[in-house]
Parts: sequence; C-alpha cells; structure tokens
Amino acid sequence: MAKFTRGFAGRGKAARDARLPPGQYDIGRGWPVLTAEVTPNLDTSTWTFTVDGLVQRATTWTWDEIHGLTPSTFSGDIHCVTTWSKLGVTFAGVSVDTLLSAAKPSPGASHVMARSHTGYTTNLPLADVTDGKAWVVWEYDGAPLEVQHGGPARLLVPHLYFWKSAKWVSGLQVMDHDEPGFWERNGYHDRGDPWLEQRYQGD
Amino acid sequence: MPWVEARVVATHDETPSAKTLRLALPAPSTHRAGQHYIVRLTAPDGYQASRSYSVASAPDGSNEIELTVERLDNGEVSTFLHDGLEVGDDIEVRGPIGGWFVWDGEMPALLVGGGSGIVPLMAMLRLARATGRSELVQLILSVRSPVDLYYAHELPGPETAVVYSRVAPPGSARPPGRLTPDDLEGAVQHDGTAYVCGSPPFADAASRLLVGLGVPVDRIRVERFGPSG
Repeated sequence: MAKFTRGFAGRGKAARDARLPPGQYDIGRGWPVLTAEVTPNLDTSTWTFTVDGLVQRATTWTWDEIHGLTPSTFSGDIHCVTTWSKLGVTFAGVSVDTLLSAAKPSPGASHVMARSHTGYTTNLPLADVTDGKAWVVWEYDGAPLEVQHGGPARLLVPHLYFWKSAKWVSGLQVMDHDEPGFWERNGYHDRGDPWLEQRYQGD
Repeated sequence: MPWVEARVVATHDETPSAKTLRLALPAPSTHRAGQHYIVRLTAPDGYQASRSYSVASAPDGSNEIELTVERLDNGEVSTFLHDGLEVGDDIEVRGPIGGWFVWDGEMPALLVGGGSGIVPLMAMLRLARATGRSELVQLILSVRSPVDLYYAHELPGPETAVVYSRVAPPGSARPPGRLTPDDLEGAVQHDGTAYVCGSPPFADAASRLLVGLGVPVDRIRVERFGPSG
C-alpha cells in the first residue's frame, strides 16, 4: 500500500483517463525520444525486413515489396515504461500476421526476437505478435514515420510497453524458446504488460 | 524491486531551475554510476504520479543518494519536488534502474553532456575522482550560459571542460556556440566508451560528432532526456 506524500494533491483520481494503465500519465501532444543508441540513417533503397529462424520459408522483403502487402492500420494508445502514455494515435503499415503467414512458423515456435538495423533486440512471445496485435509501421498520423521515432519503419506492439516496439526494425527471428533482448538483459521485464505494470525483471 | 520510503535529509539549489535532493534510504544503495531511481508521489485520493531521476552521487556504500531534479513548467512531479517537498519529508522511491548507461570505474570513458544531461555523468565523474581514477575520464559539458551550470564549484579539473552555447563567461577564449568537433577531438579515446546524455537534439548532434571523429557506433551509449515533468 502506497504511503501518502505530505502536501501532494495531484491532479485528481476522478479526472484520470480510463485509457491510462496504472502509473502512467498522458503526455498529450509530446512524444519523447528515449533511444539508447546513435540514431541511424537508413536508406529505403537498401532497407530490408526479414523473418527467419524457426520458419518453413525464411523471407526477406524490400521497401517496395513490403509496401505491396495488404495494408493495415492501428488506432489506439501507446505506453512507455518511463510512465508517459500517448493516447489516440494512428500508425499505418502491415500486420505482423501477414509477414508470418508468408514465412510460416514451424511447429514448436513460441517466441520471436525482434532486431533492428542498429543491433537493438527485444524478445516477445509469438502470441503477442499474432492475431492482430503487432505491426511493422512506416506512417504516423498520415505522415512518414520520422527517423527519431524509428523511421523508416518500426515494430509496433501497442499492448506492451513501447520498448518492445523496436525502432528501425530489420526483422523477426522465430524461436522455440524465450531469451532476453537488449533492455531485458538490462533490468527490464521479459513481457512488459502495462496493465500489469511489468516494468522491471521480477515485477 | 520494492518501493521504499526515503527521507529527505537535505536539499540545495544547483541553478534557479535545478534542485538536488539528498535522500536517506532504508538500506545502502546498490546503484552503479549512471543509474536512476523512480520517485512516486501519492495524493490523499490515491492519485499517483512517478518520474525517473538520475542519481548524481557516486556509489559509496552508504544509504544516501542524491538526485538532481530539473524543474519543468507544469511538471506535476518536478514542481512538487521543488516547491512542496521539505527536509524531513518521506517520499517513495524504487531503484536503482538501468543496466546500460552505466560506468563501473574501470575502463576509459568519454562523458559528453548537454545541460541537465550532466546528472548521470556527474555520478561517473565523482566515482572516478573518489577512487583516484580521474585519468580514465574526460567530461565535455555543453550548457547555455554560466547560470545553467550544475555543480559549478565541483566540476573544474584537468579532466573536465565546459562549453557555452549562448552566453560564455567574461574572458572566455571560446566564443559561445554549439558543440563542435574541435571541442571533442582532444578528448576522444581509442579504447573507451562514450556516454552521451542530454535532450534528443543534443544527443543526436553530439553522437554524430563522435561518429565523425571516428568513434565506432557500438562504443557510444546514449541517454536522451525527455520532457517528462
């Protein structure tokens, strides 16, 4: 049970937006950038996205090829572990379901490791990137995704904390086990459900 | 990692908009230089707000840590920490957090900070000095003007340099201006890690300069400070 902080009135529990998970606040129009690496310069003429690992048909798409797949959009909320949430945003790209259905995960596949052109990695249960829960996106609110937010394309897994939505994503490796990615090796939770406040290892 | 109650044992202003809180924890802090703690405030109706703040003090085995808090306009946590919190109050904290932007005091480190981005780098500088290993560290700090400089009395030394982007102190040889390759070139090491901390535009500019000076991308660790009030 939390202790009251002497003198702190806060902004009132009643006014709190029901879309905010516990411990989160509404950042409004802002969108903080909290990357741990040097921002890369990626050229869409050489950009690729690959699904490999435990699949029947490892597949690589170029920028033009991935744009030829069935488009898909997400409208909703995103939640960063550093406690800001951004409500009512829209991203456009392609569903991860579309990519996985081409590569066909083999029996026993249970997890994926998302990786970025920078070397960043993050691990996810396969169930968290299938059935309409994850996208590779290149548009934010109708405009090309800016490089500091992961452009030209990033992973989007909006029901988990946003470090799972790897910026500058380069592919998914399908695996038959879980293993920690970059932040997960550095103290953060393996799954990261904001509604369960799975922020750090052990939460 | 539980929430614990920390008692405010001292506070002092670093600049007109930055305040250092000295907190006593229930047990010795296990933080590494560069890590942060989360501060959580709870109102009588149960409303809570929490934010992350870097530890400015070096790991020293004691149960006291220092957090330096920049006051942000309309920042519900930072304005309370500046205006409402008093010595003797208790606040809830959780940490230490973060295993990436850390320096353990053994390998060469180039520390490049912009404004309030000095805070985690200060823990690294203090660790280097406290352990007699200052030769491992080079710190280049960019601030707008002398009034914006944190830890002004403690920073000067052969291993540190401050550059001013808008207003330089009287008599400065370097005219005010943004960080340039010349500011960094002499500090670049060949076998160390660079730690860059500041606003996203500063972090991007500084890390691009380092890449331009030949520092490999995988030897640059970046912490971008967001406007998270």
